Amino acid sequence: MTESNIQANTVLDARGLLCPMPVVKTAKAIKELEPGQVLKLIATDRGSIADIPAWAQTTGNELLEQHEEGDDLVFFVRKAQEA
Amino acid sequence: MVETQRISNHAVEREDVPGALTEEDVRRILRSELERASTSDAGTKAATFIASKGTLDWAYPPLILATTAAASGMETSIFFTFYGLNIIHKDFERLLKVSPLGNPAMPMPVPMPNLVLGLPGMGPMATKMMKSKFQHRNVATIRELLDSAREFDVRLIACQMTMDVFGYAPEDFIEGVTFAGAAAFLAEARRAHLTLFI
Repeated sequence: MTESNIQANTVLDARGLLCPMPVVKTAKAIKELEPGQVLKLIATDRGSIADIPAWAQTTGNELLEQHEEGDDLVFFVRKAQEA
Repeated sequence: MVETQRISNHAVEREDVPGALTEEDVRRILRSELERASTSDAGTKAATFIASKGTLDWAYPPLILATTAAASGMETSIFFTFYGLNIIHKDFERLLKVSPLGNPAMPMPVPMPNLVLGLPGMGPMATKMMKSKFQHRNVATIRELLDSAREFDVRLIACQMTMDVFGYAPEDFIEGVTFAGAAAFLAEARRAHLTLFI
């Protein structure tokens, strides 16, 4: 179990939700953030392990860290600067 | 490196002029701009999906893929044709069903012959079982997926021809649906980087 020292501006709890909801809710939540702010996502959908990094790469947002805490999958995503 | 020497050097490689760009600079800038454009510019990627099936199990793939594409920044549209119109019909909750009859791929709790599966009540029971399995596993409902799709500006397009053939009117469909024919759809699919027929 790793404790992260990344400070998140928002926490999104997507536990129990299945594909595509973790990615869809993350995309929605990130719209509310300012560029540079960090979103912490907690999910249980095993598909997220591949989905969130792929989504981050496609959208240009930065995946700072990803780890597992028991059944929970934790992701830290930083919103990219506007193009 | 051979090419560099062949390029006429009046445009670049003017090292005598301060601040002039060398060819290396131009290549580097171009490469980084292209990379930046391809990752974060949503306008560079468009996705279209054709939804042609009208059963509950076939309603999920186009909706899931399209909402995810839109959530990933792609300009997305779904063209609903033939039985796919069921998905965007106002009465979709009732219209979207599954049938175990002649559906060898459907998982059954116990193996059952088609003769039994054709009995009255088996169809509705299969639909009910599938819906409750989805609910139990917390799968997004069709309603939630349609709402998410519209929230992310996925264009929902109904095939005008199918409507004419089956006698649907524009009022039969959910909010936010537009209407088009094959040519209009192809004009859009032509620009798309990704088109899937489902």
